[in-house]
Amino acid sequence: MVLAIVFTLIKILIIVVCTLIGVAYMTYAERKVIGSMQVRLGPTHTGPFGLLQPLADGLKLFTKEDMTPDMVDKPVFYVAPFLGMVPALAAFAVIPFADKMTIFGMEVQPYVTDINVGLLYILSLSSVGVYGIIMSGWASNSKYATIGSLRSTAQVISYETAMGLAIIGPVLLAGSTSLKSITDAQAGMWFMIPQFVAFIVFIISAVAETNRAPFDLPEAETEIVAGFHTEYSSMRFAMFFLGEYAAMWVMACLVAILFLGGYTGPFLPPLVWFLLKVFAFMFFYLWLRATLPRLRYDQLMDLGWKILIPIALANLLITSIVVYAIRN
Amino acid sequence: MNAILANIGFWVLGITAVVSALMLITRENPVHSALWMLLTFFCVAGIFVQLDAEFIAAIHVMVYAGAILVLYMFVVMLLNPKSTGFIKMPFKVILGAIVSFVIFLQVMMTLMGADVIKTSQLTGISDPNNFGNIKLFGIELFTKYIVPFEIVSIMLLVAMIGAIVIAKKD
Repeated sequence: MVLAIVFTLIKILIIVVCTLIGVAYMTYAERKVIGSMQVRLGPTHTGPFGLLQPLADGLKLFTKEDMTPDMVDKPVFYVAPFLGMVPALAAFAVIPFADKMTIFGMEVQPYVTDINVGLLYILSLSSVGVYGIIMSGWASNSKYATIGSLRSTAQVISYETAMGLAIIGPVLLAGSTSLKSITDAQAGMWFMIPQFVAFIVFIISAVAETNRAPFDLPEAETEIVAGFHTEYSSMRFAMFFLGEYAAMWVMACLVAILFLGGYTGPFLPPLVWFLLKVFAFMFFYLWLRATLPRLRYDQLMDLGWKILIPIALANLLITSIVVYAIRN
Repeated sequence: MNAILANIGFWVLGITAVVSALMLITRENPVHSALWMLLTFFCVAGIFVQLDAEFIAAIHVMVYAGAILVLYMFVVMLLNPKSTGFIKMPFKVILGAIVSFVIFLQVMMTLMGADVIKTSQLTGISDPNNFGNIKLFGIELFTKYIVPFEIVSIMLLVAMIGAIVIAKKD
């Protein structure tokens, strides 16, 4: 019993550390990839090929002065960054990184837990993540922060609906909401093929849900400074940043698990396959950011409510009929 | 060992839920109230998990915390109502409190006396150990409770159409 608890704690520690490293090097990859897409070099000076740049940035954020403006609502202002970060990190608890394996004669599960409502757990955490944004915007008592947080909340709520409807397709095919069962159900064929429509709807809503370009209106620099985290500095700002990037990793993992077969694949070990799929989607995020201009706010709402949700609903209807016809 | 841990977990969750519910109704600032409400929802979800009802817990957080409370926050933020405080308490309020307390006692006594929960035909799911299982939940909902389910669906549809009609009226 004690051994099991210690073992789980070690697993949690490994996953959190890996996520933090992933977040740090995602910023490096972002600067390098977008740099080369725009025929620039990106960071080159800190360490070989600028590889130590994320560490330098992290140290800088740690040691900066932590400013608290006078007019803010202090308790809410202090709690908001945690509420932005914790749900994103907690979501990693149910993600199956690889199949069960045997190390030194002991069976190891390379995931923290496999609950039968794994997918709903991640969805409810991502819907709670919006509180960090609302609270920071309201508590900051600044017009830019308020506008940013209102935009962001509306966007996240709208796209959550489309995302939830798109997710039901793979769930119907797999007959389970446990992420591990969904992965195992894709041994024959990736759900990307029978659920192509859901796949497209899901990736668009995943980008919108994480407030990334071309849906990054909440922090549109040219209009509203930095949106909801305008008044934050130092570590509190870094926590928002961390939450946003961790949420991107969660979405990439979800795409890999729901539509790209998770850790299944020939020749290479499962963990490598999983990471390859996740990295491919993370690259897609950067590619989008370098390619597309930002949408206008009403276009964003139209896309969510008038296009994505009807398409996802139609897909859901057709999938249910086909699944029902096949199973009976 | 496990039973003790589960007990400790229940008391922590239960006490936090009650304390945050008290904070919720005593805060002057509506946004603070909403945030305490969020904490209450989480504690209740934790208690659901302890009862092996993971599905209900996930849906509880998703619907109440993720959707309904966010809309409340939206309205509160946009309207920014100013509270006048709780110090002035007119006679009407005191009278209301007394009347509601009497009615509460009456309802509780009726419930205890009539033993409603035992005599009504409410039965749980046949396999309580598997309660968190969505499949079992769906089968129960779409066979035994199909009529109430359909009635609720129609009511929600009516509410939706009503909302659209009201919003369209200029």
